Amino acid sequence: MKEARLRVDWILCDGYGLCGGLAPDLIDLDEWHYPIISSEPVDRRFMDDAQRAVDCCPVRALTLDRTPPRPRPGPG
Amino acid sequence: MPLLEHSERMLDGPPLDGRSERLDAHLARLGALPRGADNRDLIPSLESSGLLGRGGAGFPVGRKWRALAERNASRAVVVANGAEGEQASFKDRVLMAGRPHLVVDGAILAADAIGADEIVFYVGSEHDAAVLAMSRAIEERRAEIGRPVSVVTAPVSYVAGEATAAVHYINGGDARPTTTPPRVSQRGVHGLPTLVQNVESLAYAALIARFGERWYRSAGRYGSKGTALISVTGAVRESGVREIELGTTVGEIAAATGASPSGVQAVVLGGYFGTWAAAGNVWGLPLDPAIMQSRELTFGCGIVGFLPTSACGVAATAEIMAFMAKESAGQCGPCVYGLRALGDATARVAGGRAGAEELGQIERWTSQVRGRGACHHPDGAAQLMTSALNVFGDEFVHHARTGRCSITSARIEAA
Repeated sequence: MKEARLRVDWILCDGYGLCGGLAPDLIDLDEWHYPIISSEPVDRRFMDDAQRAVDCCPVRALTLDRTPPRPRPGPG
Repeated sequence: MPLLEHSERMLDGPPLDGRSERLDAHLARLGALPRGADNRDLIPSLESSGLLGRGGAGFPVGRKWRALAERNASRAVVVANGAEGEQASFKDRVLMAGRPHLVVDGAILAADAIGADEIVFYVGSEHDAAVLAMSRAIEERRAEIGRPVSVVTAPVSYVAGEATAAVHYINGGDARPTTTPPRVSQRGVHGLPTLVQNVESLAYAALIARFGERWYRSAGRYGSKGTALISVTGAVRESGVREIELGTTVGEIAAATGASPSGVQAVVLGGYFGTWAAAGNVWGLPLDPAIMQSRELTFGCGIVGFLPTSACGVAATAEIMAFMAKESAGQCGPCVYGLRALGDATARVAGGRAGAEELGQIERWTSQVRGRGACHHPDGAAQLMTSALNVFGDEFVHHARTGRCSITSARIEAA
């Protein structure tokens, strides 16, 4: 199975905070209920939690990204 | 005192007194723009020149153009980015107002090199002289440009110049960043692959096309070659735009602009997106992007701001953080709430109305907000804040402990 990272679309995210409850080992919430997640790949043991958090996001802001990260050109 | 040993490059020619160089003068001074067969190797030439983007991120210009030139899609667009929403920066508007034809040259070359069908000049709406000069320059050269071309005035806002925000605005939306991917190089203006390039970068490309990458690399004292425009502000006799050889030191810039070492406490480098540094630590620092990066400092868009010894660094930081919070595009929760909380807490510390607990919160919010936005606005604010805590840490603590400022040595007026 390929590595997967949790990704948040910050424009979509409205701070419902459900993800923090569903995947507490992967997602912390800040004081405004927005998720704090690691950019590291999801530990396999928690993959089911991660998928559940993704499936339950009310605004579909959370995704599991299976493509490797790449740097992007800046505004310069 | 000149900052370049020989003559200036970009700013060579008539003085920058607000009047723009006309086309005949531009051509008499620099010669015709090499195009077509004369210019087939421009992308490799830009790559070996080492020219970096001057909008702030410093991405290599040649590599950016090559990626667009090697795209699969047939059509493409060039956006010349002169939004310049950074408060402390004015080099782009001065360049556009004074040397509009160099910017047009660069945009034409970029469009030729990547095979673009359209050029958009995206210019900050408050930069009146720049808008006027660019519009006039384009009218004079419409036939030569040979493709649809327009000036779009960017709304007054800090994030309006961010590449995805620029594209979104040009497409009829608001000037707020959009989620990436897709990047603008994949799907930008009209949904087409788009090269968004800062106007100073384009102008240097126009000089490199004429004089070659060896000429460009003949300036530059250390690893980073070439010259750059900088905006000098703060405790100086003559604030303004200068052209420097990369590697010129902060102290040399101070000497050239009339800032005395004893009168300067700290320097903000790179802009509001940049970093504070204690004056004594950076007086000998070469303004060389690679060297600065290795010392966790930023060249950014070339801002050098001198904070006088009579000013409070905490208050100066509070002002910047208030600005950064206000300029959040308001789309991403962590940026909206995090920067507002940071701005408010810093203002309370500056005003002597906060204790140690707030200092802890500032540190936590700063590390927490990083990387949690569609664009890099929160990252820039966090970087500035981190450097402020390093440079003015003692003063933050003094404010929190005593409610007083050790520099103005009085109880602070309620902010």
